[in-house]
Amino acid sequence: MANILDIRRRIRSVTNTRQITKAMKMVSAAKLRRAQERALAARPYAQMLTNVLKSLVSRAEIYDSETGEPKHPLLAQRPEHNILLIVVTGDKGLAGAFNTNILKAAVRFLQSQAGENIEIETIGRKGRDFLRRRYPTAAPRTAESQTPVGIALVGEQIGVFNRIDYSLASEMAERVIKRYADNDIDAVYLVYNEFKSVITQRLIVEKVLPIEHVGEVSVALAEGMSEEERKRALEAAKGAGVGIRPPDTHEADAAAAKFATGPVDYIYEQPAEELFRSLLPKYVGIQIFRGLLESVAAEHAARMTAMDAATSNATDMIDSLTLVMNRARQAKITKEIIEIVSGAAAAQ
Amino acid sequence: MPDTFQLEIVTPEKLVVRDVAEEIQIPGKNGYLGILPGHAPLISELAVGEITYRNGNTTTRLAVAWGFAEVLPDRVTILAETAERAAEIDITRAQASKQRAEANLASSATEEDFERVTADLQRAETRLEVAEKKN
Repeated sequence: MANILDIRRRIRSVTNTRQITKAMKMVSAAKLRRAQERALAARPYAQMLTNVLKSLVSRAEIYDSETGEPKHPLLAQRPEHNILLIVVTGDKGLAGAFNTNILKAAVRFLQSQAGENIEIETIGRKGRDFLRRRYPTAAPRTAESQTPVGIALVGEQIGVFNRIDYSLASEMAERVIKRYADNDIDAVYLVYNEFKSVITQRLIVEKVLPIEHVGEVSVALAEGMSEEERKRALEAAKGAGVGIRPPDTHEADAAAAKFATGPVDYIYEQPAEELFRSLLPKYVGIQIFRGLLESVAAEHAARMTAMDAATSNATDMIDSLTLVMNRARQAKITKEIIEIVSGAAAAQ
Repeated sequence: MPDTFQLEIVTPEKLVVRDVAEEIQIPGKNGYLGILPGHAPLISELAVGEITYRNGNTTTRLAVAWGFAEVLPDRVTILAETAERAAEIDITRAQASKQRAEANLASSATEEDFERVTADLQRAETRLEVAEKKN
């Protein structure tokens, strides 16, 4: 029979752990709420920008009237031989399978594109650590030098999630657009965890460039949550007081949806083509920005769920350890009584 | 004819302004535009510059860098990459970036560099101007 003192010590240690996981869960819940708000705050801008672009598509002569080829380089499709893959993971662990799942999706994508030259850029420490072990790091390809051949890591950004602002995304967009326009790369994909609400999340590989349809996310690979994952996330959200449905934004969305779509003839201060040209890069920027914001929210949600599970596991463990301890104590008492009784019997 | 219009200024990060205004000046790409209620529908790209709008006796100034404006008779909506009120501008930071841009300007070799640095400089200067005019 186990020593009572040992068991008591273990119970105390598990209780401490439970306290930590509980605190982490609450912290993640608070951060999740903030991240969710930020993601929602970015929506009107994205919606309005998309609207303007859409209305311009119908007005400007974007496609060549003779060949049907798009005039703007960012819309032009070409065979994808040099691909840039941007992998968005978290900086920290203890978030359940969050990072692992993203990396799995990234690896699946890499396998599906076998034979092509793929450059990987990572955002987040976890993704970098994992991919650096598998693939060599190298300088980005240019039009002159087609090395390295195959898959290589060309860039990383770490510790950016605490202060995500739009300039980060727009700088990145500018960089990839320039490389795309220079023919250094033929396509840009973004792997991240899409986050609509705690129970509606998807792992997606999104095609950022070339732009296939304005206003539509073109998804190369997607994977929803499993029923079990959703149930667990739901439980965690309830326990932490996080709303399952995002706050009602219908009104704001409806207002944003009306932007630049009025049934009137606008005076264009600049020619439509010129507007279109300056807007497209912004569109790419906002796509990346949205990806980053949603990934942050998803990471906090995943951590909250993981910590909720850890807390309930710790509770179960304390219960069963208490049972074992009580049994051991009972056995000890019984043994002592037997000793006394049999001692007394022997003395008579 | 109404004598005010609804004004909204939106950035990727948040809704900066939702207000009623009597007149507004926006930095169009081809020069500043003054807009009063009842203006004909218009769409314009914005340059780096200063947005000034007046409602009654209060005038508000914001520094914007690249944006997009939709004008309707009763509504003006502005999409801006950044939009900061005078009070939000960090003067020391703006000054530092101005100096940095000026230093870069001297050393920029290619035309592209030059363009980028000029834009930086313009942004910093606008920020400073707006911050100084704080009423």
